[in-house]
Amino acid sequence: MSALSQLDRGVAPIETGMLPRPFVVRSRREELADCVTLELAALDGEPLAFEAGQFTMLYVHGIGEVAISISGDTAKPDSLIQTVRAVGAVSQAICGLAEGARVGVRGPLGNSWPVERAVGKHLMIVAGGLGLAPVRPIIYWALANRDRLKSVDIVYGTRAPDQILFARQLLGLSAADGVRVGITVDLADQDWSGQVGVVTDLIPSMLRDPDETVAMVCGPEIMMRFSGQALVGAGVPAEETFLSMERNMKCGIGWCGHCQLGPHLICRDGPVFAYPAVRDLMSVWEL
Amino acid sequence: MTDGNIKSMADILAAHPLFAGLDKEITDLLGGCASNAHFSAGSYLFKAEGAADVFYLLRAGDVALELSMPGRGKLIVDTVQPGHVVGASWILPPYRWRFDARAVGDVRATGIDAACLRKKCDDDPSTGYQVLKRFLPVVAGRLQSTRLRLLDLYAPPSEVGRAL
Ligand SMILES: Cc1cc2nc3c(=O)[nH]c(=O)nc-3n(C[C@H](O)[C@H](O)[C@H](O)COP(=O)(O)OP(=O)(O)OC[C@H]3O[C@@H](n4cnc5c(N)ncnc54)[C@H](O)[C@@H]3O)c2cc1C
Repeated sequence: MSALSQLDRGVAPIETGMLPRPFVVRSRREELADCVTLELAALDGEPLAFEAGQFTMLYVHGIGEVAISISGDTAKPDSLIQTVRAVGAVSQAICGLAEGARVGVRGPLGNSWPVERAVGKHLMIVAGGLGLAPVRPIIYWALANRDRLKSVDIVYGTRAPDQILFARQLLGLSAADGVRVGITVDLADQDWSGQVGVVTDLIPSMLRDPDETVAMVCGPEIMMRFSGQALVGAGVPAEETFLSMERNMKCGIGWCGHCQLGPHLICRDGPVFAYPAVRDLMSVWEL
Repeated sequence: MTDGNIKSMADILAAHPLFAGLDKEITDLLGGCASNAHFSAGSYLFKAEGAADVFYLLRAGDVALELSMPGRGKLIVDTVQPGHVVGASWILPPYRWRFDARAVGDVRATGIDAACLRKKCDDDPSTGYQVLKRFLPVVAGRLQSTRLRLLDLYAPPSEVGRAL
């Protein structure tokens, strides 16, 4: 059998798709004890236009390459913002990069959040833990397009009050911005006046008109599974509920098959999927 | 309590999500056990180990369920929002609260006299069954929420399952 052509597979040409572009760390900000946001700039000065929800493959010389979502504003493509949690060799190396250090960047890769579907409707963003990073571009977009949306509600769950990602930014959003933010944590002491519980408890009370809502969800897979159930259970149409999936990635452009999830390659067909496309896959034991 | 008062309490109960849709006969009956309650921010609806003789349907304001931990102060294990119910320990012996319940902001609620309700449920098991069917999802929901938090979903991968 002859090898499939690139066109058949619908993937990027391997010659260009595998080549990292050199970027430099322009600034670095510690978000949480194990989490850093880097602002990167292309050495050749060319902006990196991207869409909300896309990711890059970030390469640390001599260590390795990992998939990281873009957490910046699509309207500001001259700086590439990425928020990374140190969990293993490569992500630790990324978090340890100092200003001026060089990295390789492939991308932007993957599809994007279908933000335009929310126009004229209520937008609900549901995020858990570090899952706030891949949805932050939606928040920037929603703030810039506030008058085109009926409402914007952000539901965020994390471990404890001191683990709120982008805390100043998130807590700074207010009714004045036309955004309602609900935060819930797993456990807290009495200094915390917000909610304690899981995001799925907050979803029903924050939904306005489920029929007219578009929901975008990102977080640990189990959290997304139960959030999908809560949203659809409360009446949000399944096909208007979107999730950003994660699997270990190698090539990021649909060649190697590392990130296969059932019939999907997450890098090529995702990372953003409509809920019906992944609902059943999330509860399969071995995949 | 006057008839008028019982009627209006019955209406208030029927409007609360916990009892919405119950037969009017039942909400009228439950109205006889209900009264209005108000708690200012920081005050306690009840304390752990106290007698579970009144539970609350929240109409406004959040309530934090807390436990005192030696050396760690008071920890909030759950927050109950308006439209939900505070207290399930009144259903089964020994009828003692397991947590402290603190008003986070000003709280308006409907208090239900637990002994009165238990008696009505015992006297008429079909009413009792309808009431229990309303409480079971509350308890199951709290269990589900607790189980999800046991998974410590947002922990760094190196700490997941630390307790195992
Ligand atoms: C589309 C996509 C977008 C992503 N966006 C971000 C992002 O914005 N910020 C960020 O910090 N990370 C993100 N990730 C996850 C990131 O790619 C992994 O954390 C990284 O590959 C880990 O590599 P490592 O060499 O540092 O650690 P490894 O040694 O590969 O792994 C260390 C530990 O982390 C666990 N781990 C690895 N990958 C994942 C994962 N995807 N989910 C959960 N646990 C994992 C491993 O099981 C192991 O226990 C994204 C992944 C994908 C697929």
